[in-house]
Amino acid sequence: MDELKLSVASSPHASHPVGTQSLMRDVLIALIPAMAMGIYVFGFRALIQTIVSVIFCEIFEWGYCKLMHKPIPCKDLSAAITGVLLVFVCPVTLPYWTIIIGDFFAIVIVKQLFGGLGTNFLNPALAGRAFLMLSYPVPMTTWALPGKANWAPLGMSVGQEYIDASTGATPLSIDFMKNADDALNLTTSQFSLGDMFIGNIGGTVGEVSAIALLIGGIYLICRGVIRPRIPVAYIATVAVLTLIFSRSGGHFDFVWMLREIFAGGLFLGAFFMATDYVTSPNTPKGEIIFGIGAGLLVVFIRYFGGYPEGVCYSILVMNICVWLIDKATMPARFGVTKEMRAADKAAAKAAKKAAKEGSEA
Amino acid sequence: MKQLFYGGVHPAEHKELSEHKPIRPLNKAPAEVVIPMSMHIGAPCKPVVTKGDTVMIGQVIGETAGLGAPIHASVSGTVKAVEPRPGTGGVPTMSVVIENDFQNTMHPDCKPRENVDALTPQEIIDIIRDAGCTGMGGAGFPTHVKISSAVGKADTIIINGAECEPYITADHRLMLEHGEKIIGGVRFIMKALQLDHAYIGIENNKMDAVAHLRELLGDAKDVTVKDLRTRYPQGAEKQLIQAITGREVPPGKLPADVGCCVFNAATTAAIYDAVQNGLPLFQRVITVTGGAVNDPVNLIAPLGTSFAHLIEEAGGFKGTPARVIAGGPMMGFAQYDMSVPMGKASNCILVFSKDEMPKAEANPTCIRCARCVNVCPMHLTPVFMNMYGKERRWSEVEELRIMDCMECGCCQYICPARIPLVQQFRTAKFAIRQAAAKK
Repeated sequence: MDELKLSVASSPHASHPVGTQSLMRDVLIALIPAMAMGIYVFGFRALIQTIVSVIFCEIFEWGYCKLMHKPIPCKDLSAAITGVLLVFVCPVTLPYWTIIIGDFFAIVIVKQLFGGLGTNFLNPALAGRAFLMLSYPVPMTTWALPGKANWAPLGMSVGQEYIDASTGATPLSIDFMKNADDALNLTTSQFSLGDMFIGNIGGTVGEVSAIALLIGGIYLICRGVIRPRIPVAYIATVAVLTLIFSRSGGHFDFVWMLREIFAGGLFLGAFFMATDYVTSPNTPKGEIIFGIGAGLLVVFIRYFGGYPEGVCYSILVMNICVWLIDKATMPARFGVTKEMRAADKAAAKAAKKAAKEGSEA
Repeated sequence: MKQLFYGGVHPAEHKELSEHKPIRPLNKAPAEVVIPMSMHIGAPCKPVVTKGDTVMIGQVIGETAGLGAPIHASVSGTVKAVEPRPGTGGVPTMSVVIENDFQNTMHPDCKPRENVDALTPQEIIDIIRDAGCTGMGGAGFPTHVKISSAVGKADTIIINGAECEPYITADHRLMLEHGEKIIGGVRFIMKALQLDHAYIGIENNKMDAVAHLRELLGDAKDVTVKDLRTRYPQGAEKQLIQAITGREVPPGKLPADVGCCVFNAATTAAIYDAVQNGLPLFQRVITVTGGAVNDPVNLIAPLGTSFAHLIEEAGGFKGTPARVIAGGPMMGFAQYDMSVPMGKASNCILVFSKDEMPKAEANPTCIRCARCVNVCPMHLTPVFMNMYGKERRWSEVEELRIMDCMECGCCQYICPARIPLVQQFRTAKFAIRQAAAKK
């Protein structure tokens, strides 16, 4: 027994089989249906964009850590998710170099400069998209039409003749333009509800297919990777608001409500971006508030804002509020009942009053 | 009916290793036992024997000095030494070393009691005190103190048969094989506390024990056996109270403050032995299990038997052990010295093979997934406690109510980044206590 080599450590001496890497891998798996639909609708350019984006995200992450002598975190796959998601929120016609700029902004500026994994306060992919939107508004709003006939060419940039022939509008931009002025003469019937559910519409690479995103989201919830509070609160808020205040004339228009929740990447945002661990609240109540807040912002931006869709900005704005939400929604202390809290409050009030009176006297 | 508390985790149980092994005495009695004078919360006992004394089983060898319970000899023989010896807590503890004469001579006072029905509540409490009963589930709070402080305050008695830690099967086997002791013990506690009802809480992964106890009870209505959802830390006192009564014990308060009094199943059986059979607490059931022992077993062993001896009883090491733990995997203490003795609260010796070791990361990075917040049964936010704790900002950590943390380990178990949270919280609590002591 003398040569026993026993390790000692603080309890617990057990760990759950799921680690960071396997959580991230599950997110990537959940994105596969949406990726497949992206390729089916927009062609192989979508796949190449994704591969380029993932590679550059990992390179930027690796390079930054190498440069700053930080431990290399490539194994955790989080940069790969950012790479995929950034492509998913950009149009397929975007030149590859633009995506690489977005990757740089997302990984280096948004994530690493704020401390790397776990400490960035904005969702990197969405911040990258917001940055590209500001910098390259035209290519960022050039929407390829769905279908094999309109598959984008694989070259560095897509040519003008392709843009003239094969690009159009997204369901939400149609609604948006129609509200602004009717001159474009586009009818909302261009895309049916079924097309929007399946993904046969114009839009960004990953947002078009509601069903594919729903499958991915349900996979994540079933695997316990994400908790359902944020996506449910988010989608339900949008659903309720758009149902009560339908803009198709008349209230309680279910078709309008479904169009609003299938369109504009709401499912992509709700399942994959609002639930980003780093930039969402940590408390159960906070998650619900976060979801409701993002849902309200989506509808406000779509109805009253200067953009046809509001998912990206709704989540970014709520990201900034996370710290505040967490502070305000700390779980109730175990064993402290409502009456005890009320008594504490009353006591504090009385003490304050007494102190005030004392100072006056 | 399934009872609930907030949070918790469900680690792989591994109880199958030993749950069908009947409790058996040691094949070979230990040649010497090392009985620590501190096996309970409170002041260590004062040894009342000296080197060369002859002792019998059940003879008092340590008397209380302040809060505590007396300690009895667990084998008959000669006192070899009274000196500090290594203990499971990691620090040397004053111990009485007895060389076994293998005669098993019982002390004459250890004989079955007649007409136990005539005992008054105070007499029962006195018997429990003299028998050295302490909590046998982990903390080791002196049982007689618990009972006397709850008389008149408690309206609910709960017997803790949850055994929520993975691997451990000592209480499970005890309930299956000595159910009558559990029920008899409960009734003595009821009498001592002058109450007419008690609950026995058992996790639903031990339905055979639930069925057995219900069968023994028959039509009797004074004890209710509750089957609970299998969820760690079901057996934590505050969580068990919450699961069975729905009451939450306020911070800094005792279970008696919400009218509850909780006893471990093994303690309950020990109370029965003390009152009915006149036996002090000198032996207990202990599970020796894990992937690196040849033959996982449930043993009834005299207190003070060394870990090395008990592991030999379980067929010795299988391959190379990686870690030996006193207690369960979630809250047990890793040991480095196999000569340490088992005490009143030792319910398990767990010998891990390399494959069973927890996963570790070289650079654990919090991804703020908040899984820890969702599993913390005390409603804490380990994610923020870690954030401030690693910067040593103790006042912020204290504001996050770290003192409510009971170190159950759920947060660290679930953490995908493998951050050593519990260790960090222990450091923080220590620093906060020191700062408070300075003031």
